[in-house]
Amino acid sequence: MRISIENFTKTFGDTTVIDNMSLDINSGEMLALLGPSGCGKSTTLFAICGIHRMNGGRLLFGDRDVTKVSSQKRNVGVVFQNYALYPHMNVYDNIAFPLKVRKESKAEIDRKVQEIATLVHIGELLQRRPAQLSGGQQQRVALARALVRKPDILLLDEPLANLDAKLRLEMRSEIRRIQLQTGITAVLVTHDQVEAMSMCDRIAIMDEGRIVQLSSPKEMYEDPSSDFVAGFLGNPPIAFLEGSVDEAGFRLANSEVTLPVPAGITLPGPGSAMRFGIRPEFFQPDNALKVKGRISFVETQGREELYDVTLENGAVLRSIQTQGGSYRVGDEVTWGIAADRILAFGPDGDRL
Amino acid sequence: MKPNFRNWPVLLVLLVFSAPLLIMLAFLLVDAFTTKVPGTMIPNGVTLHHFRFLWTDLDDGSWGIWGVTLNTFNFALFTSLAVSAISLTAGYALSRLAFPARGFFLGSLIVLHAFPTVTLIIAIFLILQLLGLYNTLIGVIVVKAALELPFGIWVMKGFYDTVPWEIEMAGVQDGASRFTVWWQLVLPQVQPGLMAILIFSFLSGWSEFILPMVLAPGTEAQVLSTYLATMLLDGGTQADFNLFKAVGLFYALPVAIIYLIFQNKLMNIYGGGTKG
Repeated sequence: MRISIENFTKTFGDTTVIDNMSLDINSGEMLALLGPSGCGKSTTLFAICGIHRMNGGRLLFGDRDVTKVSSQKRNVGVVFQNYALYPHMNVYDNIAFPLKVRKESKAEIDRKVQEIATLVHIGELLQRRPAQLSGGQQQRVALARALVRKPDILLLDEPLANLDAKLRLEMRSEIRRIQLQTGITAVLVTHDQVEAMSMCDRIAIMDEGRIVQLSSPKEMYEDPSSDFVAGFLGNPPIAFLEGSVDEAGFRLANSEVTLPVPAGITLPGPGSAMRFGIRPEFFQPDNALKVKGRISFVETQGREELYDVTLENGAVLRSIQTQGGSYRVGDEVTWGIAADRILAFGPDGDRL
Repeated sequence: MKPNFRNWPVLLVLLVFSAPLLIMLAFLLVDAFTTKVPGTMIPNGVTLHHFRFLWTDLDDGSWGIWGVTLNTFNFALFTSLAVSAISLTAGYALSRLAFPARGFFLGSLIVLHAFPTVTLIIAIFLILQLLGLYNTLIGVIVVKAALELPFGIWVMKGFYDTVPWEIEMAGVQDGASRFTVWWQLVLPQVQPGLMAILIFSFLSGWSEFILPMVLAPGTEAQVLSTYLATMLLDGGTQADFNLFKAVGLFYALPVAIIYLIFQNKLMNIYGGGTKG
């Protein structure tokens, strides 16, 4: 089901958390609300499920205006960060609870619970208590409970935050599989860009109560609208070079070194500040646009090695290279930037 | 395993400080079942004569030990039920609901909890008389329950505070009404608190003395504590202290039994709620 948020405003006391936000989520789509803590992503989620009342604006599910509809009548399934399983009930009763509340027949409940338990692979755990389950299993139960009554919309609030790294990887693909299999419209709230990029069709990146950019993960990574978005996506993160506009192009701060500006960019007036964003994979030994520096840090990540290169003016560029380079800390290197992959940002942080 | 400090000094100190209590209890037990010559400490015979109040009418104007016991039981039970029912709902409201003057109510609870009961007794006496509840068991129950409430509500609020609010939100999302959520999802989490309040207020009602004595001095509403007191007052210097001790033992027995059975549950009150 399609979700439309129109001119959503939310205030807590005197502080406006979200001001006049609009967002359309397509039917069957999985959308990530991504942003640092305090950016209003959870507030948006809780407004969709009805836990928070909206101070202004409208919320539509399909063509139905649900702005004033109570949580119970919205038919939204929610998976909370701590799963919020009912500790005194076993797994079966946890999943059956939404159906029991609707007074469905015993046979019907049993059929639906078995069906959903098979879907999320917890068929053999039905008699256990939540305390006897691992984090990943609790996560699956929470998903099953949210999905068992066939909600129109599935909301996930930081669903992987409480899992260890290996389980996180597993549940990432599991949640996506279940979402695709049920074809449900899903909204995922996360502060982890890897989660957002790997699981979702589209990402809405938020900062201070606004949606900064809304696009597909690939598009957002390659074509960020501002330095905030560029800095948020990508691991290891993008490196920024501070500088200003010069006749020759882009001149690094505190240095005589100038770099050519990528084609097709309208520069701000001479002398105004500018930043270049360079992703670690585009700063490699054999690229053409050479800069000189000294390796200041080496991090072995197994398959790859991450180098921090400090330039003469003190700025730091990152480079990620496949294992096998014999570079050490302190080595002087002259590596190249892929000139066509430089992201240029103006004085206000917007992409040029 | 060898303890990292010696046990006996601790035990010795504890023993010295609890000795008076233990000695008194021992005398209560011994004197209730024995006879002795006045002026001596050593009993000279075993008897059940002091327990005659259980099967004979002592002709002391009361309506017999069993009637008084029933009164005491009713008093304790209904006090405890009222306290639990109100604490259960009021604690939830204070913990979860945003209503006007919530802060004021929370503050008043603490003040009331620390308030000395005796100072209120004249006002309560007048109010009860005005309401026509003076000298009735119901009147004392209402007063006792009211005075126990601040403690009960405070403890229950503490238990409710430990229940994660996501559980309630999940219930609401699952389509349950706020009442169903409270009844089916939250209440089972605070059950240890409920048990503790039930038992505590029952015991407190069972041993209450001042309130029944002042507010229901008649024989109709007599409870064991006032029954014991009248035994002493009426007897004057002639009071039968062995009988008094036997009744005392009879009075204390249920308390001891309840403590023995429920001591683990009572400890819960300090431990907080369940951990999910």
